[in-house]
Amino acid sequence: MTPLYALLQISGPTTEPGFGFWLLMTVVKLIAIFTVYMLGAAMLTLAERKISAWMQDRHGPNRVGKGWLQPIADGIKNFVKEETYPEAANLPIFILAPVISFIPALVTWAVIPFAAPWGSKWGVVEMVLAPLPIGYLFILAISSLGVYGIVLAGWSSNNKYALLGSIRSSAQMVSYEISMGMATIPVLLLAGNVSLSHIVTQQAFETWNVINLTVAFFIFLVAAFAETNRLPFDLPEAESELITGYHTEYSAMKFSLFFIAEYCNMITASALMATLFFGGWDIPFTLWDNLAPHTGLKTLLTLGAFATKTLFFLFLFMWIRWTLPRFRYDQLMSLGWKFMLPLALAYIVAIASLILVLQMLGFAQGSWPFHLGLAMFNIVAVIVLFMILDRGRIISPAYSRLNQRDVEELRAVAGARRAPPLVPESGD
Amino acid sequence: MQSTSMAHGSLPLLYTFHFYLFGLIAIVSALLFVTRKSPVAAALWLVNTMFCLAALYVLLDAQFIGAIQVLVYAGAIMVVFLFVIMLLNLGQGIRNDIRGLGWKLTAGAVSLAILAEIFALTKARTPMVLTLPQGYIAQQVAETGAITPIAGPLFNEYLLAFEVTSVLLLAAVVGAVMLGKERGGERAR
Repeated sequence: MTPLYALLQISGPTTEPGFGFWLLMTVVKLIAIFTVYMLGAAMLTLAERKISAWMQDRHGPNRVGKGWLQPIADGIKNFVKEETYPEAANLPIFILAPVISFIPALVTWAVIPFAAPWGSKWGVVEMVLAPLPIGYLFILAISSLGVYGIVLAGWSSNNKYALLGSIRSSAQMVSYEISMGMATIPVLLLAGNVSLSHIVTQQAFETWNVINLTVAFFIFLVAAFAETNRLPFDLPEAESELITGYHTEYSAMKFSLFFIAEYCNMITASALMATLFFGGWDIPFTLWDNLAPHTGLKTLLTLGAFATKTLFFLFLFMWIRWTLPRFRYDQLMSLGWKFMLPLALAYIVAIASLILVLQMLGFAQGSWPFHLGLAMFNIVAVIVLFMILDRGRIISPAYSRLNQRDVEELRAVAGARRAPPLVPESGD
Repeated sequence: MQSTSMAHGSLPLLYTFHFYLFGLIAIVSALLFVTRKSPVAAALWLVNTMFCLAALYVLLDAQFIGAIQVLVYAGAIMVVFLFVIMLLNLGQGIRNDIRGLGWKLTAGAVSLAILAEIFALTKARTPMVLTLPQGYIAQQVAETGAITPIAGPLFNEYLLAFEVTSVLLLAAVVGAVMLGKERGGERAR
């Protein structure tokens, strides 16, 4: 650990900016993040349609400004459309729900470091809005509030499909939050701290966590899909069963806000995966970007690295959406509780013991045998998981068939309800 | 990190302002929570109260407790509350828990006693053992991170008490499952 901290001393902020400059830069970062985020969400709707078109061998949106201005046209359309309010709705909560679903995704960005610090003439500017010491816990806390928007939307609409969607979503999101939190405990074990800047620095000086903790990354990835309600886990809005689930009764801009919230959640989840497992803003194979002096060039290049990683995960979200079919609800639940959670817990124990063993053998964290040991363990674990245990368990929706007893019970119920045949069957 | 130390050092006014702001919102939300008739509205005001309490913890430099407050209470327990309220579709004909003049007077007397206790406590001096020097926690957080000052005592000095508490909670969960389970019936597994 000592060489890491020695390096941290060098790379740490050298001069603190004055209060006025700090305030100015915070406001600038605030506006910049908000603008980029909103524009990003708008462009992602276009990207999703273009990528789906590309995967299905068709053109996609190609009318308004050759397709590029489609998000603007959609925005204008949503603003001028009629707002409908269902008569039986609980109006204050009905209006509040889209707002609540949108805010947590935005607030999470306050603690994600998106570039190397910029050593300006007036002091070093941290490229993160609020470098909280509890960084990662803040993200868990805020993202656990995201479920309120969906739950309240479904309840206040006073519509059975909406209510079913929201009840599904609250069960789904609470279940997968646990796997998500458990999957990141190994990350915190290696970093020894919950501050996100610290996690990024640790990965830059040692190895990216995707190599150290591959299994944790896959658990986090699957949980992120469930948390953002994306296919194959978009059960809260399963069109074939629930019309569109929790936002059935919403129209115009209030519907659009749910749509924006979904894309914002995707951006946040992608940025988190990049930060926790892919080194954040770190440029691989070099320490040049992590060490002082912090120039503007380094800030720009690391910002590019961070954007590349985040965009890759956004593409992955869309790629999987147009590849995998939707899970059945009981499959989703048994995957979360019977497979992912035990796996995450076992992985925590395995990694903790492995770290202990490697340190007892005399390999300090940060030395190459330590990370080679972790990597070897992960290769074995991934092979066991995906080649042996996974056959029809993680990816295939055929997992968790109903047991025979339940099937017979259901058939008996259905048989009792079936109308008696008009012509009595005769044994001819 | 530098911003929190600033709030205490050079900007006491900002600190006081936020303390009273969140305190006021917490009290108003708590009042609305106990007076609302609809269970969903009451639950939402309770979430708001929890949130303001978390903000007060952060102002006291207890960021970890603040985050856990939001994560556990607002993010998990209250979601389950809402889930149950929605699932059972509660809130049709509610009867007040406190009925009759005698109960109302008792409730008022208990509230006054608690209020008097708070006033008495503000006058009393905290024992020296329980107080920390000014800015001690902020310094600890800056030196070792936000978790170490809590995790250290919890897993070193008070490990036994911590583990025994967790076993107690586990026993409570197992007991609740056993009580909730249908006994002997056809569907019991």
